[in-house]
Amino acid sequence: MTLYAIVFYLLAIIIVAATGLAITRRHAVHAVCYLIFSFFGTALLFYLLGAPLLAVLEVIIYAGAIMVLFLFIVMMLQIETSAATSRDLLRQWAPAVVLGLISLGVAAALISAEPGSRLKLKTAMAAPREFGLYLFQHYWYPVEIASLLLFIALVGALYLGRRDVKRDEGQSGETI
Amino acid sequence: MIVPHGHVLILAGILFLMGAVCAVARRNLIMILIGVEIMLNAAGLALVGASLKWQQLDGQVFVLFIMAVAAAEVSVGLALIVYSQRRTGSVDADSYNLMKG
Repeated sequence: MTLYAIVFYLLAIIIVAATGLAITRRHAVHAVCYLIFSFFGTALLFYLLGAPLLAVLEVIIYAGAIMVLFLFIVMMLQIETSAATSRDLLRQWAPAVVLGLISLGVAAALISAEPGSRLKLKTAMAAPREFGLYLFQHYWYPVEIASLLLFIALVGALYLGRRDVKRDEGQSGETI
Repeated sequence: MIVPHGHVLILAGILFLMGAVCAVARRNLIMILIGVEIMLNAAGLALVGASLKWQQLDGQVFVLFIMAVAAAEVSVGLALIVYSQRRTGSVDADSYNLMKG
């Protein structure tokens, strides 16, 4: 077992444990904090698998931007947390976990049946410069579409988040 | 030599199913969105592993697009959660029973 393999399995344990803790927390704040750990682990894994630029972007976008957005929303909304009863555990978690384990078993069987999956990965590193050149030489059009998608998401979030003008006027008694 | 490609795929599968279980079993809308994030992240991990296996950069490019989609999805999703919390006063998926007969 090489050093790379040891690092991979350690990171895998960290990621799975942090994600498992995150999805079972009752408070969303705790879940988000554990998930930041999970995303840091994934970023290191990306670096190990030869994607340094994606590792940096994972930290900036996922752990930085998205999780902070979640934290802001969790702090903004006053969420009442109800204690999970055993009925909840039985009715909601049991079917989901059973179905998940069955799917995982099927996936593991399929993957191990494939001879190509036993191939050991060679270490390689895609330098950020090389990656950027490849991206803009072969995928410049999808990049433009992605930027448009982000712009539309921005407009949609602004539209959904605006104050409801009509209802405010209605509450103060001025109906149009 | 790192690990067999299958191990990367199995790790991605475990993460994906954790996200799916979270999205299915939780009732809090924010936790459902977190589950979707975990699933997108797991898909990215599988793509990076495949990119290393075939020594092609296309897999990494797709992870970049997944990140863009995740950012767009989470911003609109959280705006929808804030909107529905303002409308109904709850982020519990079970409390949306306006059309109940």
